[in-house]
Amino acid sequence: MTPAHRVPIMSEDKGPEMLARCEDNWVTAMGAWFPEGRVVLRGKDVLNDLGHRPWMEYFIYGINGQEDSRFARFVEGVWALTTSYPDPRLWNNRVAALAGTTRSTGVLALAAGIAVSEASLYGLRPIRGALDFLYRADRKLADGAILEDVVWEELRTYRNVFGYGRPITSADERVAPLMKFADSLGMGKGKFIQLAFEVEKILKQSRLKYQMNIAGAVAGLVADEGRTPDDHYYMAALSFVAGMMPCYIDSLGKPGGSLFPLRVTRIDYKGAPPRRWGAA
Amino acid sequence: MKPSKESIVTKIWNEEPEPDNPFAARACYCSGFDVYGDLLGKISWIQYLWLLIRLEPPEPAQARMLEALAVGLANPGPREPSVHAAMCAGVGGSTRASALIAALSVGAGNLGGARDVFAAMGNWADCGTDLAAWRERIRNPPVDERDDVWPSFEHPPGFDPNGAGCPTPVRQLLNHLTVLDPGPVLPWLQQNREVLQHEADAPLAFSGVAAAALHALGFTPEQGEMLFLLLRLPGAAAHALEQKMNWAKFPFFGNGLRLTDDPGPSSPDHE
Repeated sequence: MTPAHRVPIMSEDKGPEMLARCEDNWVTAMGAWFPEGRVVLRGKDVLNDLGHRPWMEYFIYGINGQEDSRFARFVEGVWALTTSYPDPRLWNNRVAALAGTTRSTGVLALAAGIAVSEASLYGLRPIRGALDFLYRADRKLADGAILEDVVWEELRTYRNVFGYGRPITSADERVAPLMKFADSLGMGKGKFIQLAFEVEKILKQSRLKYQMNIAGAVAGLVADEGRTPDDHYYMAALSFVAGMMPCYIDSLGKPGGSLFPLRVTRIDYKGAPPRRWGAA
Repeated sequence: MKPSKESIVTKIWNEEPEPDNPFAARACYCSGFDVYGDLLGKISWIQYLWLLIRLEPPEPAQARMLEALAVGLANPGPREPSVHAAMCAGVGGSTRASALIAALSVGAGNLGGARDVFAAMGNWADCGTDLAAWRERIRNPPVDERDDVWPSFEHPPGFDPNGAGCPTPVRQLLNHLTVLDPGPVLPWLQQNREVLQHEADAPLAFSGVAAAALHALGFTPEQGEMLFLLLRLPGAAAHALEQKMNWAKFPFFGNGLRLTDDPGPSSPDHE
């Protein structure tokens, strides 16, 4: 099912009456811990059932209640192949590495790195946006639009197409290994991944020469699994951590302050000339 | 619906409910002062910050000193790691909150960060203005046999192991705060700075000046750690905003990394 476009949701269930009803009263089918020694997640026993499954399956079950070990293996593969680069120059990793060089804690390093991964040029926004774009493009095609027009309209309106183009380099070396991995799971032949490659053909010929990036390829594969942008976003939230921890550990093990120190003359000042506060 | 039995116990804050909504406050009191009916328009942000943490209004001299420290700490500058981290959020178009989260995480550390201030304030609490005690503390720092999440200190807290001489702005801030300090702490630090630096084999850092000033003002190490985190955020915010999506002009250190154990290109071996 193709999810609906995001619109503001004005809840009818609101105000002091709602707050009063919910006071000391959280009603949930999601999960809970019972002090006598039981844990339930989405209607299943954790200690006797869910807890014995691979962590990624537990994670995905917690997100949407779906049990799909093949898809869990796919997500795990995406994380290992494409989102865990251990390079401290990458901005989210650099934050974790800087936390090491200033002798902060490992968890503070990861927390900040995860927060920064919700970026626009890379990370969570393109990950979510690429899936959203494919679903919107598909709806427009179903309404009779031509793909070229859909792509150009997207570019004109938003000045980018999530899932295509990349800062620093143009080609994305991760796409080919990902497609090979997807093939090993019987994925990669669906309608949406084909659409993703069709869009790349169009953008490659444009002045921008955009190529499909990893977010676009993953989005095509995930769309063929029928996942919603919400699911996709939640599942990707922790996808960068395996690259961050090595960056933190590396800089923690080297002299304090040694990660990319900048001498004073590396500031290229473009502001107002020197002046005195309070002078006329 | 069960009646509410648990409550938030606090000496900081009290509220009275609006007649039409038990979940909205009609009045908010900070340590007895009506915030919106009395304090608003009368006190400065720094006075309110003091009141929140100390529960009593500051003396004018205390507020002036905290204000001066706040100016001195507000922007460590874009080369400093916590601000650099915030800018990493800015260049990639990350959320604004993540820029401050990055600045907090990186600025929390024990090398020039809030943990440095915490530890240095502990030294002030233990050593006061006793030079012999400081010498002993720097030579033989206390050792905890238990492990902890915080990395071990590799330098005397409040001093910069990567420094040469004490930088001019650090001395300027110390001099300014010394003039404002009615007590003995900052004058003693100013008088003994070079002796302490010699003992520490490192110059006094901003974190050391902040620790002394916050100790002189009567803050606990925990309060000092929190204030240091808070007061350094304005610069991180400004620099993160300025770098918004400025990735093409932001240092990437493309040639600044050399890998020492590169196995070289290899064919996939997972099949």
